Amino acid sequence: MFTPEMLESVAKVEATRKERMATEPRRMTAEEKDELLKKFHPDYRAEGFATIQIGPNKGEKVPLELGNLLHSNSRLLGEKIDLDKVDYDVDVLVIGGGGAGSSAAIEADNAGANVMIVTKLRIGDANTMMAEGGIQAADKENDSPVQHYLDAFGGGHFAARPELLRRLVMEAPDAIKWLNDLGVMFDKDADGRMVTTHGGGTSRKRMHACKDYSGAEIMRTLRDEVINRKIPVVEFTSAVELIKDENGRVAGAVLQNMETDEYLVARAKTVIIATGGAGRLHYQGFPTSNHYGATADGLILGYRAGAPLLYQDTIQYHPTGVAYPSQIFGALVTEKVRSIGAMLVNKDGVAYAHPLETRDVSASAIIRECAEGRGVETPLGSGVWLDTPMIEILHGEGTIEKRIPAMMRMYLNYGIDMRKVPILVYPTLHYQNGGLEIGGEGFTKTIDNLLVAGEAVGGIHGRNRLMGNSLLDIIVFGRNAGKAAAAKAKVVKLGKMNLDHIEAYAKELKAAGIETNDVSPLLLPKYARKER
Amino acid sequence: MSNEKNMVNIYLYGKQYKVPGDLTIMTAMEYAGYTLKRGCGCRHGFCGACATIYRIKGDNELKTCLACQTQVQEGMYIASIPFFPTDKRTYDIGEIKPTEQIMMELYPEIYSCIGCNACTKACTQSLNVMQYIAYAQRGEFEKCAEESFDCVSCGCCSVRCPAGISHPMVGLLARRLTGKYIAPETEHLKNRVEEINKGEFDSLIEQVMQKPITEMKELYNTRDIEK
Ligand SMILES: Cc1cc2nc3c(=O)[nH]c(=O)nc-3n(C[C@H](O)[C@H](O)[C@H](O)COP(=O)(O)OP(=O)(O)OC[C@H]3O[C@@H](n4cnc5c(N)ncnc54)[C@H](O)[C@@H]3O)c2cc1C
Ligand code: SF4
Ligand code: SF4
Ligand code: FES
Repeated sequence: MFTPEMLESVAKVEATRKERMATEPRRMTAEEKDELLKKFHPDYRAEGFATIQIGPNKGEKVPLELGNLLHSNSRLLGEKIDLDKVDYDVDVLVIGGGGAGSSAAIEADNAGANVMIVTKLRIGDANTMMAEGGIQAADKENDSPVQHYLDAFGGGHFAARPELLRRLVMEAPDAIKWLNDLGVMFDKDADGRMVTTHGGGTSRKRMHACKDYSGAEIMRTLRDEVINRKIPVVEFTSAVELIKDENGRVAGAVLQNMETDEYLVARAKTVIIATGGAGRLHYQGFPTSNHYGATADGLILGYRAGAPLLYQDTIQYHPTGVAYPSQIFGALVTEKVRSIGAMLVNKDGVAYAHPLETRDVSASAIIRECAEGRGVETPLGSGVWLDTPMIEILHGEGTIEKRIPAMMRMYLNYGIDMRKVPILVYPTLHYQNGGLEIGGEGFTKTIDNLLVAGEAVGGIHGRNRLMGNSLLDIIVFGRNAGKAAAAKAKVVKLGKMNLDHIEAYAKELKAAGIETNDVSPLLLPKYARKER
Repeated sequence: MSNEKNMVNIYLYGKQYKVPGDLTIMTAMEYAGYTLKRGCGCRHGFCGACATIYRIKGDNELKTCLACQTQVQEGMYIASIPFFPTDKRTYDIGEIKPTEQIMMELYPEIYSCIGCNACTKACTQSLNVMQYIAYAQRGEFEKCAEESFDCVSCGCCSVRCPAGISHPMVGLLARRLTGKYIAPETEHLKNRVEEINKGEFDSLIEQVMQKPITEMKELYNTRDIEK
C-alpha cells in the first residue's frame, strides 16, 4: 500500500476535493500549450533523437532507439535463403494479427482473395487487445464528420494528411456499424442509443466503448471471425524481410519461426504491413503501455525496402501510466477515468490543469509538476494523483465497477481500492504517431503491391492522435487495405523473387560510414537478465 | 535495487531461483534469465497469454493465475500453460440465431456440467464462470454475455473442468449473439451511415479540407465544446 509520504499527500487531495469539484479547471490557451510542450514534452528533448543517415528520410530526426534499428543490417544479410522453395503461396499476405491485420484479412477474404495472416505471437496478442477507453465516430445528432475532422486535425497540430483524415471521419460510422454487426457489444442504453463520452480534445461526446475492454471486445470478435472464416493464421512466426521481384515490386516476405528459428518463404501478390507500434523500444527510457511484440518491425521492413516514413519523430506519451505500484509500472490507466470525472491533482492537492487537455499537453503538464517538485515520490520516480473517488461521488456508487472494471481489478490486485483512494500516475510510452507513408487507398507511395494499415501508418493523425481515433483507424484503414489488396492481387503477375535490396541497404550503410554488427527488426525486447 | 532480505525462492518448472520479492511471475522469469517467447502477450492483464498454475510449498491447493498480474511468493512452484487445447467450433454469425438450440448444436458439452464450481475457483478474473455456463445452458445469452464480459480467454477454467467444457468460447458466442441480435438496434448510427452514403457531408468536408491552416486554427481554437 501507500508510503507515509503518499498518505500525507492523499490527505491534502481529500481536503481540497469538495472545493475542486465545484469548479472546472481552466483550459490552457494555444500559446500556453505551445510553451508547455516545448519545455516539457519528450519530443522536444534533443538528446532523445538521432539523424537518419540513409534512405528516403535521410537527414530527418528519429528517436535514437528507432534510429539504431534503421542503421542496422538485415537479419538475412549473408544467409542463404532459397527463394525458389516457396512455403506459402497466397494472393494477400497480412503481416501482423492485431486489429488492423484481422480487419484486412476479413475484407480480403470477403472479396474472394486467398489471404493468410502471419503473426509474431498469437493472433490478438497485440496493442488492439489492450485498448480500454473506446473508439470515436460522429454518429449522434449534434455531431458530424466535419466536427470530428476539426477535432482530429487540431489535436494533431494541423499536420494530418487531409486525404487520410477525411476517410477516417467519413467512414467512422460505418466502421462502428460493421463491428456491431459482427457482434461487438457496445455500451448502449435501453433504447439502443450509444453511450458516448468525451475524450481528450473532443468537442462532442463521440467516444463509444465496451466497458473498459473496448479493444479486447473488438479484437476477440475479429479473431473469432477470422477463425470462423478459416483464414489461415500462422502464429509465432515473424516477417523478417520483404521480398521483391525484378521490377522492384513487393512479392512476399521471408518469415521466421519464433520457436525453431527456421526461415520460411511466403510469396504473395500483395502484402499488407499491419505490425503495430514501437512501445517496447522504450524511447528515452520510458515505461510502456504496449504489448510485448511492439518493436516497430514493420517500419524497419518497409524502410529497408525503400518506403518512406512520415512523422517518425513524434511519439505519444499517454499522460496516465501507472506510477505506483512497481509491479504494474507503465501500465495504462485509461483516459476514460478522466472522461468520467477524475481530476489530475498534484502533491499539494491542487488541480493544476484541465483533466481533458490533449494527451501531449496533459503528459507535459504532469512532467512539469514532477520536475518542479510538485509530484509525489515513488520507488521508481514520481507521479501525480488521479482523483478517482470523485467518479463515485459524481455518478454514484458502483460507477467504477460498472464503467472501468479492468482498472479497478488491476489496482485491487495490489490492495489499492481506487473507489476510495486516488491513484498515482506518470506518462507512459503509448503510441507511435508516425509510420510508413500511404496514399488514400492504403498503398505505400513508392513500392508497388505494398500496403500498410494500423499503427504502422504515419500521417492519419498528424503529430498527435486523439484517444479513440486509433481503434477507429485500424478498422477503417484495415478494411480498406484488405479490399484494395484483394482487388490489386487479381491483376498482379509476379516476376522472379529476390532479396537484392538487403545488400544494397548494407552498402548504403557502409557508404554512410556506419559499421554495425546489430541486426533488425528487433522482434522481441531483450528483457532476460544475464549475469555474465 | 533489491537487497538480499527481499529475495524469495521460487521454482520454475521445479528448478529453484532466487528473485526479488516485488516482481511478478513474468518479470521473475526474465530476472532468472528466461527469454519469453510463449506465455507472454500484452504483459498487462488483457490477452490471457500468460495462464499459469502454481502451488505454494507446503500447501496442497493448486492455484491458477495470470503471470503478468501476480506477484511472486516464497516457495512458489510455477508452471506456465502457454497453450491449452480449448475447442472452438466455427459458425457463420450471419446464419445462426440466438435460440437455445444454437448452444446445443455448437457446444453440447455444456449440458454435462456437474456443478463442481472448479471453473469459478480457477478464474483469473474472478468471474462466476459456472453461472455464465448455466445461463448459456438456459439460452439466456445476454446474462451469459454480461457475466463473462471480462473474460481474457486464458483457459484456466477449462484446464480444471471435468466436463471438458471450453468456457471462454461459450462466453464469446453468447457475446457475439448479444451484440448482433439481442441488444437493441442503434437508430442514430443507422441514420448517420445512410446520410454519409447519400453524400450529405461531401461538400462540407471538401470545404474544410481546402481551408488554409490559419483559418483551421481559428476554427479549432474557437469551436464550442459540448458540456
Ligand atoms: C494499452 C493501450 C490502450 C489503448 N487504448 C486505446 C483506446 O482506448 N482507443 C484507441 O483508439 N486506441 C487505443 N490504443 C491504441 C490502439 O489500440 C492501437 O494503436 C491499435 O490497436 C493498433 O492496432 P494495429 O492492428 O495496428 O497493431 P496491433 O494491434 O499492435 O497488432 C500488431 C500485430 O503485429 C504483430 N507483429 C509485430 N511485428 C511483427 C512481425 N515482424 N511479423 C509478424 N507479426 C508482427 C504483433 O505481434 C501484433 O500481433 C491503445 C493502445 C494501448 C497499448
Ligand atoms: S472465464 Fe475466462 S478469464 Fe476466467 S479462467 Fe476462464 S478463460 Fe480465464
Ligand atoms: S468446472 Fe466444468 S463441470 Fe465444474 S462447474 Fe465448471 S463447467 Fe461445470
Ligand atoms: S501477458 Fe496478457 S494477460 Fe498476461
